[in-house]
Amino acid sequence: MIQMKNVVKKYPNGVVAANGITIDIKQGEFVYVVGPSGAGKSTFIKLMYREEKPTSGDVIIAGTNLSTLKNRQVPYLRRQLGVVFQDFKLLPRMNVFENVAYALEVIEENPQVIRKRVMDVLDLVGLKHKVRMFPNELSGGEQQRVSIARSIVNMPKVVIADEPTGNLDPDTSWEIMNIFEEINARGTTIVMATHNREIVNTIRRRVIAIEGGLIVRDVNGGEYGYES
Amino acid sequence: MAMKARTLQRHFRESLKSLTRNGWMTFASISAVTVTLLLVGVFTIIMMNLNKVADDIENDVEIKVLIDIMEDSEQAKAAEKQLIKQIKALPAVEEVVYSSKEQELDLLIKDYGEDLSLFEQSNPLNNVLYVKAKDPQQTVKVAKQIEKLEHTQEAVYGKEKVEKLFNFLNISRNVGIVLILGLLFTAIFLISNTIRITIFARKDEIEIMKLVGATNSFVRIPFVLEGMWLGILGSIIPITVISVLYSNIYKLIQPSMNGELLQLLDTTPLLYQVNALLLAIGVFIGIWGSFMSVRKFLKV
Repeated sequence: MIQMKNVVKKYPNGVVAANGITIDIKQGEFVYVVGPSGAGKSTFIKLMYREEKPTSGDVIIAGTNLSTLKNRQVPYLRRQLGVVFQDFKLLPRMNVFENVAYALEVIEENPQVIRKRVMDVLDLVGLKHKVRMFPNELSGGEQQRVSIARSIVNMPKVVIADEPTGNLDPDTSWEIMNIFEEINARGTTIVMATHNREIVNTIRRRVIAIEGGLIVRDVNGGEYGYES
Repeated sequence: MAMKARTLQRHFRESLKSLTRNGWMTFASISAVTVTLLLVGVFTIIMMNLNKVADDIENDVEIKVLIDIMEDSEQAKAAEKQLIKQIKALPAVEEVVYSSKEQELDLLIKDYGEDLSLFEQSNPLNNVLYVKAKDPQQTVKVAKQIEKLEHTQEAVYGKEKVEKLFNFLNISRNVGIVLILGLLFTAIFLISNTIRITIFARKDEIEIMKLVGATNSFVRIPFVLEGMWLGILGSIIPITVISVLYSNIYKLIQPSMNGELLQLLDTTPLLYQVNALLLAIGVFIGIWGSFMSVRKFLKV
């Protein structure tokens, strides 16, 4: 599903955030990406949704090689992925329904289908009763649930999450993890960068540790492995 | 990829929604459009009227050539023929119209009343040639040339008045054009700047839209349509104010100017033209301003 081959990413300021990363993530896997701050986790994630282009090497997502992907094709790649961020990235002037529906409007889906699919995913994340509310009227956990709903409404094969619980309290974090687990149980591949030791050590899944732009550990059912 | 009609509909809906949800920003942009278009409109109308006055005056300038009075009518006819031929031969002359002294008297009677019909018995007037120069500005030159010709008693034109008038008209026209151009540039700058600020506040939104898989045109079209609405909404007040104001001024002033040389431009088609111009400027600037601002943030 996700493959990286000898991926190197050098930023113009000289920082090497990926120094030859090779990885293979299969369809349906749940993968944690861990490591200290500044180790290259975010770059690793950004390479997958083509926010960053590799300096060299190949990134292949669902059969598409991102190294040769043209800028104007990027939107079509992103429609096959769901992306969730630490700061939610909701559209402030759109209500809950419109935020989730946006991901379907960009693919010019039929309005009846949009309505049904949006209500279904909002039901899944437990926010069906707040469809008309705006992001600033919601708690952090609720906003993150909206953003997860948006990421899966397209039925992507992969959901990529960059510290999705980073801004949330422990209880809310667990709620979010339950949703991810449920999505994963339906066959969606999940790649999640996290600093949350509790979660990684409790919900045991494949753990990839990145330090200095290199994969230093890749264990199924592994531990977080860092002091938090 | 061709856009579905449904999607275009969606973009229209979205642009209208965004107008209402942007509240103060929308208000600020519309106000900027309104103020500048009002200025542009008022100035355009003043300039167009000045221009009309200038044209009228220019086209009215002609040389009245009084032909020598001769007793012998055969001789007189020959002299007139020769004079007409000579004047027509001057390169700067556009047309020559002959008017007999009887026609001249009729004109006077028409203007000053029947009392003058006394003179029909013994007409003291000259036969006259009305001469127009190809370019009104050459009037002075032509008149001087005609005065030198044989059988010309006098070539009459406004002399100094005409010369001063032409100088004045030339200057005022150029100043007007410069002013309108300057105003237009200011308008474009002011309005597109306001729209740019509005969109700049939404830079993050554009980034999010792109992360969710929106193509550039999917992001751009609602913004551009929103710019169009700002232009349309912003031109409503200027169009109304200018129409009402000018119609009233016209109604007030025009009756007292009947028969005079100076005339205001009729409300139609002037108001249609000016209003169409204002709407066009508003829409163009709205669309162009949004287009340029969004473009900056659309880089992947």
